[in-house]
Amino acid sequence: MTEFTPLSALAGGALIGLSASLLMLLTGRIAGISGILGGCLIAGAGDRDWRLAFIAGLIAAPLLGALLNAPLELPRMPDNWFLIAVAGFLVGFGARMGGGCTSGHGVCGIARLSGRSLVATAVFMSAGFVAVFLMRHVFGG
Amino acid sequence: MAALAAAFICGLLFGTGLIVSQMAQPAKVLNFLDLFGTWDPSLAFVMAGALAVSGAGYAFARRGGRPLFAPRHLWPTKADIDPPLIFGAILFGLGWGLVGLCPGPALVNLATLSPKVIVFVAAMAGGIVLHDRWQARRQAASAATAASADG
Repeated sequence: MTEFTPLSALAGGALIGLSASLLMLLTGRIAGISGILGGCLIAGAGDRDWRLAFIAGLIAAPLLGALLNAPLELPRMPDNWFLIAVAGFLVGFGARMGGGCTSGHGVCGIARLSGRSLVATAVFMSAGFVAVFLMRHVFGG
Repeated sequence: MAALAAAFICGLLFGTGLIVSQMAQPAKVLNFLDLFGTWDPSLAFVMAGALAVSGAGYAFARRGGRPLFAPRHLWPTKADIDPPLIFGAILFGLGWGLVGLCPGPALVNLATLSPKVIVFVAAMAGGIVLHDRWQARRQAASAATAASADG
């Protein structure tokens, strides 16, 4: 059970939108996290530095929060390590194959009115609904 | 150097947005995806806030000029809705629904040094690398086939 938090959701979303806008206006790049990470992992990529800087910023965010006395709540994760590894693999492989993830398609793509991103977002959300339905209501999580 | 600082600040803003909206908490995401259980619509509001601001920002960027620290805007060029888009989105969505983490929140949570998050991120990086190797091999194979057909 988690509480419905529309205001903090809107405010956090606006910060994400501000980040995506600034990254485009300042560096000309799309704020797709799987793409940014993927570019770091490919051997010989010439534009690794800005990607590493962005990822360092992501990881620094909860550290800054901790300094400001707002530590990040620990993520609630399943106890099954195999499930965690399979989920991580699917997320990485699928995002790469589909050309983006929640940020690249779901935010940046829809924001620039890309039909491709709208379809991808509808499909991965539907797959997410199915996965959670199976995990929680069929196999009983 | 200015571009690197800008990228770092943007990452910091993005991560802060994920924390403020609680999207770094997998339970919050899973409850959004649980339509027939403990549904929590917060994620839809995160997307609405993000799209309102980035939609305006992108529209402004499109009006011309170049980025402050780069020669041009690198807008994605692909527009086709092809099988890899669909299959990739299905695999991604299934993995997302299993644990409730996608790439952004997974990286933000690395700061907690949770071993489970580290395993998730390692597997995610493995998935990205394996996909690209598989693609490179497929392209090499089809190039070889085309070459032999020509000969």
